[in-house]
Amino acid sequence: MREVDRHVVALEVNGEHAELLLPVHKTLLEVLREDMQLTGTKHGCELGECGTCTVLVDGKPELSCLLLPVQIEGRAITTIEGMAKGSDLHPLQQAFAELGAAQCGYCTPGILLAAKSLLESDPQPTRDGIREALAGNLCRCTGYSKILDAVELAGDRMMSSPPRGVAQSAGGDEEL
Amino acid sequence: MGASNNGFSVIGKPLPKPDAVSKVTGRAIYADDMLPARTLHCRILRSPHPHARIVSIDTSAARRMPGVQAVITGADLPIKFGILPVTQDERALEHEKVRYVGDPIAAVAAVDEEIAASACDAISVEYEVLEPVMSIDEALVETKDERIQDYGGPNNIHKLVALEFGDVDAGFARADHTREDVFFFQGNTHLPMEQHSAVATFVDGRVTLWSSTQVVHYVHRALAKVLELPMNRIRVIGAAHGGGFGGKTDPFAHEIIVSKLAMLTGRPVKCTLTREEVFYAHRGRHPVLMWVRTGVTKDGRITAMHFRSALDGGAYGSYGVASTFYTGALQTVTYDIPAYRFEGCRVFTNKPPCGPKRGHGTPQPRFALELHLEKIAHDIGLDPVELKQRNFVKPMTRTVNWLRVTSCGLEECTERVLNASGFRKREKKRGHGMGFAISSYLSGAGTAIYWNDMPHSEVQIKVDRGGVTAYCGAMDIGQGSDSVLAAIVAEELGIQPADVRLVTADTDTTPIDLGSYSSRVTFMAGNAAIQAARKMREMLVEAAAAKMGAPVEAVAVGGGRIGDFSFEDASILAEARFGTLTSAGSYTPPKIAGPYKGSGVGPSPAYSYSACVVDLDADPRTGLVHLNKVWIAHDVGRAINPLLVEGQVEGSVYMGLGEALMEEQEFRKGLHKWPSMLEYKSPTFLDMPEVETFIVETVDPEGPYGAKEAGQGPLLPVIPAVSSAVFDALGVWIDEIPVTPEKIVEALRRKEKGEAARFGPARFPSIPYPACIKVEPPAKELDRAAPASI
Ligand code: FES
Ligand code: FES
Repeated sequence: MREVDRHVVALEVNGEHAELLLPVHKTLLEVLREDMQLTGTKHGCELGECGTCTVLVDGKPELSCLLLPVQIEGRAITTIEGMAKGSDLHPLQQAFAELGAAQCGYCTPGILLAAKSLLESDPQPTRDGIREALAGNLCRCTGYSKILDAVELAGDRMMSSPPRGVAQSAGGDEEL
Repeated sequence: MGASNNGFSVIGKPLPKPDAVSKVTGRAIYADDMLPARTLHCRILRSPHPHARIVSIDTSAARRMPGVQAVITGADLPIKFGILPVTQDERALEHEKVRYVGDPIAAVAAVDEEIAASACDAISVEYEVLEPVMSIDEALVETKDERIQDYGGPNNIHKLVALEFGDVDAGFARADHTREDVFFFQGNTHLPMEQHSAVATFVDGRVTLWSSTQVVHYVHRALAKVLELPMNRIRVIGAAHGGGFGGKTDPFAHEIIVSKLAMLTGRPVKCTLTREEVFYAHRGRHPVLMWVRTGVTKDGRITAMHFRSALDGGAYGSYGVASTFYTGALQTVTYDIPAYRFEGCRVFTNKPPCGPKRGHGTPQPRFALELHLEKIAHDIGLDPVELKQRNFVKPMTRTVNWLRVTSCGLEECTERVLNASGFRKREKKRGHGMGFAISSYLSGAGTAIYWNDMPHSEVQIKVDRGGVTAYCGAMDIGQGSDSVLAAIVAEELGIQPADVRLVTADTDTTPIDLGSYSSRVTFMAGNAAIQAARKMREMLVEAAAAKMGAPVEAVAVGGGRIGDFSFEDASILAEARFGTLTSAGSYTPPKIAGPYKGSGVGPSPAYSYSACVVDLDADPRTGLVHLNKVWIAHDVGRAINPLLVEGQVEGSVYMGLGEALMEEQEFRKGLHKWPSMLEYKSPTFLDMPEVETFIVETVDPEGPYGAKEAGQGPLLPVIPAVSSAVFDALGVWIDEIPVTPEKIVEALRRKEKGEAARFGPARFPSIPYPACIKVEPPAKELDRAAPASI
């Protein structure tokens, strides 16, 4: 086998700590999916062009296909697997499910995380504000309309109710 | 908006998808998410030349590399395949000749992807480079070197079609005005967010393939052919699907390759295409050059039409023969054309093969037709909308090329978008414009891809003490076909969709459905599901009635109850009475193809209709277009789930806008100019305007509960509406898609210089079309009592 330079890297993903022996050039996207079995993070280009691989680093959206784990040691990484608390969906997840904002669902994890970061800094964004914040995330299925609706709905619900740990049952839990 | 649920408990309700939670939590398993133990990774060596003979392939260095488990070439997979029986012209790996940059030559399975990639680099291939053919014009003439394919002709022509319905010359003779126009629609690609991926295992003498495909059944057939295994030794499973739009509708080389490598190594093998490879896999929109001549009376009634198309097919057949027919088939389904001549031609070029993209072969002629009719209206001083409306087809008629139109919501769709947008009262202001267009699309192709008399879709239902399970080969590619199945079964059995377990797109466990293409699934699998569910309901009702001592008519079904019993108790009674409770349903489209060769492309059991208005600003200095709003009305027959119908309509509008304004594939010296998501421009959140959607319900006599398609038709009118709006804003015609700022500025410059105020192709090439097959038109009115009979 070829000589590959490997480093031990300590990562904190969704609140869990992990130490991994990794080739230095392996991207965070690959490490999440292949070494940590966190396959909820998707990819559409692996070149920083589509936004599909978005994760949060200290709450801010980053493209995991362009990050090396050594760059973000010790920082808090959130993937789609860390968005729901147990079986309680995040209000954004609930709204996306209810409004049909996920068709094939492939762009959905990245968009949900980017939207989560947006709502945390601006709980009532304008529609154009949402467009601006999500402009780096491509979706080929939805035409974006239902995604905008869902982010707005989630924002409204989060303003009017305690944000976390409360079962979101409005509108059709039984169907989900 | 506007959907009803009269008398239904589930149909017509805007319900979330059955898999919505798994999709929003990252738990849906797409093909590339699978990594069975001991998986080997596969990379494919592809041609760097657009056209070359392969002199030799030396894989010895690659084979020696540590970590490499297998290397294969075309000699290992020599059998040809292809989606259409008439064009079995592809090999999983080419060992004699390559025909486009990206054509697969060799494949490696190794313990990791990097080793596989290095091993590909270590394979040496000696080529004899041939003159590439890169355009329609070049394909029509003799080239220095050999032809791309060894069938078709003359030169690099793949297919020629010539059909005439009714007396076209007489139609032109009786016209008060005739006009000719030439249009060009540049090719573009699907760009699904998910890169194609496939994983194969070989266990106990059986191949299992998980793939991001739209057509598990056709992949199953192709694997059986190329691997020389009986179909019962192969299982194809559709993984969660990351978007197709027609791009995953062919059997692909990588699917065959991983299966073969799994057989050779005895280990799971996975191949995920890079984004660049996805551009080479392609099968996208054909570039099409079109010429159209139409005669009209002075009050704007069409007397005859002659339509010519030339399709740049790329290097292989794919769906191309069908695509060629589609460029001529559906013109008659929106406008009453009493005499019609169609001449079509597809050529081979040294580019990735074109195939079906959303709207398959019909967005290009729809663009040409809508603009052409507007120009005619301007010629004769008639309002373009008025001219179009005067020629609208009527419900329950048959077109001159024998297509059967049943329900037709064209009038209503038109009124809805015109009224909502204020189109007729729009203010005339330079730089601001509105455009209007209509269209129609199939609800499933009336004929199968390979000739057979079997049903096109089959559904089984099992009920036992553990609940209800529905089985169907249909593949949910995100459009929501699973939701449709669950809704229908739930409606018929009086339960909730969440109470229906679904098993879909698995060739071992589900009965056959032909796949997610040609907008066929809701219509065909939906009808099959109704049939299966009604048979099941009969058994449940009979058992309940017997226990109640009542006639079956007295047993009400609904709200989770069958007569006096809960659904579960009724199923226990029925199981005791009948034994294992299973039922099956199937759907075979009526035989409605016309009596002529080539009539198999175009017939559908029902057509959807759409109308669209686009509002935009176009800057005369820069040519930049800003979209303000889109209004779209779609006749879906009946919305089984209006939430999903809206999603399909909005997604279609989006994709249409992308094609209209920015998406295009171009090649330079045989190389794809933009094989990346950054350079291949597609609309972002910032480019998309607000869309107002109107669902029109015409309740089709043959659709499930009256439903028709929604996934493709609404894309079609968007593209001409954009170009028409640009004319409205600036007074120049952009007769070529995409409508880019450069073209607008150039058209304005020409207009200023006193030249024709347009940008577009100047001429249509001379093509050796054969003499037309002459076809007598059918009787125009359908027999309302028996619309299916011909
Ligand atoms: S996969 Fe990271 S941006 Fe596309
Ligand atoms: S839902 Fe399919 S790409 Fe966004």
